Amino acid sequence: MPEQTHTRYGSNIGQPLTRREGLLKVTGSARFAADNHPEGMLYAALATSTIARGRVTFLDVAAAKAHPGVVDVIVPGNTPQLAFDPDDKDSPFTFRMDVLQNDRVRYANQAIAVVIGETLEAATEGAALLAPRYDVEPARMGLDGNETFVPPAVGVGEPPDIDNGGDVDAGLAGSAKRVDATYETPAQYHNAMEPHAIVAQWDGDKLTVDTPSQALTMGQGRIAQLFGIDPANILIRSPFLGGGFGSKALMKGPQILGIMAARRTGRPVKLVLRRDQMFGPVGHRAPTRQTVRMGTDDSGQIQAIHHHNHTATSSFDDFFEPAANLSHTLYAAPALKTTHTAVRLDTGTPLFMRAPGEASGSIALESAVDEMAEACGMDPLAFRLKNYAEVEPISGKPFSSKNLRECYEQGAAAFGWSKRAAAPRTMRDEAGLLVGWGMGTATFPALIFAADARATLKADGTGLVEIGAQDMGQGAWTALAQIAADGLGLDIDQVEFRMGSSDLPNGGIAGGSGHTATAGNAIHAAGGDVIAKLARLATDDQRSPLFGAGNAGVVARDGRLVRRDDESRGESYADILARAGLPALEGQGSAGADQDAQKRYAMHAHGAVFAEVKVDPELGQIRCTRLVGAFAAGRVINPRLVRSQYFGGMIWGVSFALHEEAVMDHRSGRPLNANLGEYHVPVNADIPSLEAILVDEKDSIINALGVKGVGEIGITGTAGAIANAVYHATGVRVRQAPIRLERLLGDLPLAAE
Amino acid sequence: MKRFDYIRAGSPAEAVAAGAADGTVFLAGGTNLLDLMKGNVLRPDRLVDVTKLPGLDRIERRPDGSTRIGALVRNGDLAHDAGFARAYPAVAEALLSGASAQLRNAATTAGNLLQRTRCPYFTDTASACNKREPGSGCDALGGETRLHAILGWDSSCIAVNPSDFCVPLAALDAVVEIEGAGGVRSVPLVDFHRLPEGEPWRETLLEPGDLITGVVLPAEAAGFAANSRYLKVRDRTSYAFAVVSAAAALKLDGERIVDARLAFGGVALKPWRARKAEAVLAGQPATPETFRRAAEAALADAKPSGDNAYKIELARRIAVRALTLAKAGTPARMPALPASPFASPLGVAAHA
Repeated sequence: MPEQTHTRYGSNIGQPLTRREGLLKVTGSARFAADNHPEGMLYAALATSTIARGRVTFLDVAAAKAHPGVVDVIVPGNTPQLAFDPDDKDSPFTFRMDVLQNDRVRYANQAIAVVIGETLEAATEGAALLAPRYDVEPARMGLDGNETFVPPAVGVGEPPDIDNGGDVDAGLAGSAKRVDATYETPAQYHNAMEPHAIVAQWDGDKLTVDTPSQALTMGQGRIAQLFGIDPANILIRSPFLGGGFGSKALMKGPQILGIMAARRTGRPVKLVLRRDQMFGPVGHRAPTRQTVRMGTDDSGQIQAIHHHNHTATSSFDDFFEPAANLSHTLYAAPALKTTHTAVRLDTGTPLFMRAPGEASGSIALESAVDEMAEACGMDPLAFRLKNYAEVEPISGKPFSSKNLRECYEQGAAAFGWSKRAAAPRTMRDEAGLLVGWGMGTATFPALIFAADARATLKADGTGLVEIGAQDMGQGAWTALAQIAADGLGLDIDQVEFRMGSSDLPNGGIAGGSGHTATAGNAIHAAGGDVIAKLARLATDDQRSPLFGAGNAGVVARDGRLVRRDDESRGESYADILARAGLPALEGQGSAGADQDAQKRYAMHAHGAVFAEVKVDPELGQIRCTRLVGAFAAGRVINPRLVRSQYFGGMIWGVSFALHEEAVMDHRSGRPLNANLGEYHVPVNADIPSLEAILVDEKDSIINALGVKGVGEIGITGTAGAIANAVYHATGVRVRQAPIRLERLLGDLPLAAE
Repeated sequence: MKRFDYIRAGSPAEAVAAGAADGTVFLAGGTNLLDLMKGNVLRPDRLVDVTKLPGLDRIERRPDGSTRIGALVRNGDLAHDAGFARAYPAVAEALLSGASAQLRNAATTAGNLLQRTRCPYFTDTASACNKREPGSGCDALGGETRLHAILGWDSSCIAVNPSDFCVPLAALDAVVEIEGAGGVRSVPLVDFHRLPEGEPWRETLLEPGDLITGVVLPAEAAGFAANSRYLKVRDRTSYAFAVVSAAAALKLDGERIVDARLAFGGVALKPWRARKAEAVLAGQPATPETFRRAAEAALADAKPSGDNAYKIELARRIAVRALTLAKAGTPARMPALPASPFASPLGVAAHA
């Protein structure tokens, strides 16, 4: 890490430090996986299928091998032997992968061969020369026309149908006002800036890989399982990721193929996916068609909610977007039920993509709530407050903390919500553009996973903290170092912080918005452990000014232990270690879910998002001109980085509402916009104004640090707020994302003469 | 990638001679060609680099009042040339609405004229495409056709020309200057690009070896400078091709239209000059009613090629809006979001 100077006021936690690795990144000296070029390295290129279903009947391997610079071609039949069938599953986190075990094609862009060359150009052309032929079977595409079934589980092991014991049908029947509306969301692909990449090198049975990973220990375990080697013999280095968004949480087929290529050639091999190859083997957000039925009494009190999600998975594996389950958390309803159905399609298996379930579910629920508020003749914010959930609606459990009212209040004030005209299509700007204001509630569960950390105090009084944590760009290098420093009672510059490598203690998963809670609490505990050991050394030692103070009687501050009751009495870490004759002192810590607390409390972050859109009244062109989000997510470790996470999520919300869609040819099953020119996400000019408010929230139940997650919540609420703003601007309710001008145009009359 | 020969031409004659061989393409900015080569859409045997040809990177105001834009003038340089932008504001506005700043800094004048369609079935090498492989068919028919043609298409091809730059050029009677084996010739831009007519693989009037050396805007074109606009509706504010765009230019005598120009982008396989609409406009009062009649005339022959009927109504509305904006007058300064409906300065009603 480069040297970083800053002014610290009190603890490190809470300071808006800039990214500690920022200089490395902006100067190009941060080494990402594909930047590694070990001696003798070869380049591998995937040949991928152009059909979505069928068999490969011919590959012109001779032509590929004849191309100058091509070293080897891997096809089914000549792959290195695997110890575990990649089509077997032994845990909910084991997903089937296509690594050339047979000639079957299950989706477009599936790997059908790997060509290895002395240069990238040679390997790439070798792959083109394979000129595959196929037995083509008709591709099953779209949410209609294929057999619908109830999935065995949705998300990660959640039941497909859940209710709170209330009678939804009776509740709806008895309602004075009802909404019954269906919303569609398209397939989306993660498209991190950095494509999946791997540099693999074998040394006997020892393997070193450079690859972006959101979960080093799980990745290590998966590789060990497939290749039949000891996890301890596998080193994964993943210091930086150019984005992950869930796509890099699990080892994917192409990464395994890179390792196989290195095994087969006996040389280091680099394999980097092309952008178009990201559309298939590395996961995506499944399309959904969601029906929300909701009813209220005369006063606008919700009587019943039924949120149904019809989604799709692949033909060969199970991941079901749990979109309806978003409704478990937000609005009080005496009768609440969520259900799921699905079809199987000839696509890659959908997987976790930033706010999986919540993002898709939120645009449907928040749109339906907006429709319901209008049906009740109520302001959307007043309607939400009227139906504020004091306990978690699905379980009846109290919240460990919930500062959503404050989010509504601060967000509405900053946005100017009180000036909103109630009727749609009544607000205009100076240029005559239609103006719409909409809102949505944001929520995301506060998760924590298992992790371990190690903290060491060195003879010179400085610290070393180690954990196999992962930084996808969210700022873990900085936020976790702040926690590490506070745990040791040192300034951040006095602590060496190591992460991003699998030979460090298991840092858990950088996913589910749970990484700061997970890795942070392990680090915090490790710091506490080593400080406690140090305190025992001092307080048990008659020569120490701290003798007899007892563990609880000392405080670690600025590299010294001091007596709690008399801060003038104390000594430095270095002096304590020197007298004890110790070169270093080590502590361990771990984190994990508090099962008891989870049984008793619902744990979620919340927020409120307010959106302004402008719509050209005749051309239908839509722009989101202003977004204000207010979020309460427990303790904030680094406000600058947290705000940045909210911004990223909110921008994704704009993308979700207005831009993003994988366009699939319904006949061939091939994605047609598998590039960043035509797979649209917002450009800078699409985000003219963005504000994120960090609302205070104390949570002494959730974990020792009081930290919730901030990585995904920004998407939720936002997409729905924009959809509602488009309705408010135009009077046209579009229930299909992304909201495009042609979905408005027919209902926009030409201006009167 | 496929191996190819690379030749750097020292003179236009040398380029023409080298470019005539089968499997040879010219390389200038490379912003479109290199992407297509990486995707195996184009697999040339030989690239003739024309970027070092002398004298093709100048913008010249000629004694007869016309302006000659050298083939190698970069899109960004042309748009930011103050004299050029004053004389042909709609062209500058169109240039600045295209691609991204980085691409505009690399892309050339001739390259813009020769950029290929963004039809996904053209770039998806597993799809049938008559442009890519003559006679193979058109998989866009019956496919995903939201952005496809509504004018001038046939069952051999329903793609659209993606250029913004060419739309005002077509409206303003620009002429393409071509050097070929038989010497130098000039072709009106409106005739330069071909409609599919059953042979969409023949995209332009260029013969093998033909090199575009420049584009000329005639003296009359500057006569529209006071009332010229380009308007582009797109799915995001930058780095997106037009859903539909229009260039409108008027010569006014008070409220009366003396002469009018109207062309569309994103509607056909070529930049679409709407001469019938211009005939409707000429001599008429510059009123919303006149503009609407012109828009009706412009789209009279339009028909959807798939799931794109909305583009017909959109094109009508864009025509009316572009004419309305043109009548209001060319802004003194280039809008912050060139060609965007959201570019109107505060306080100025943008709508008919």
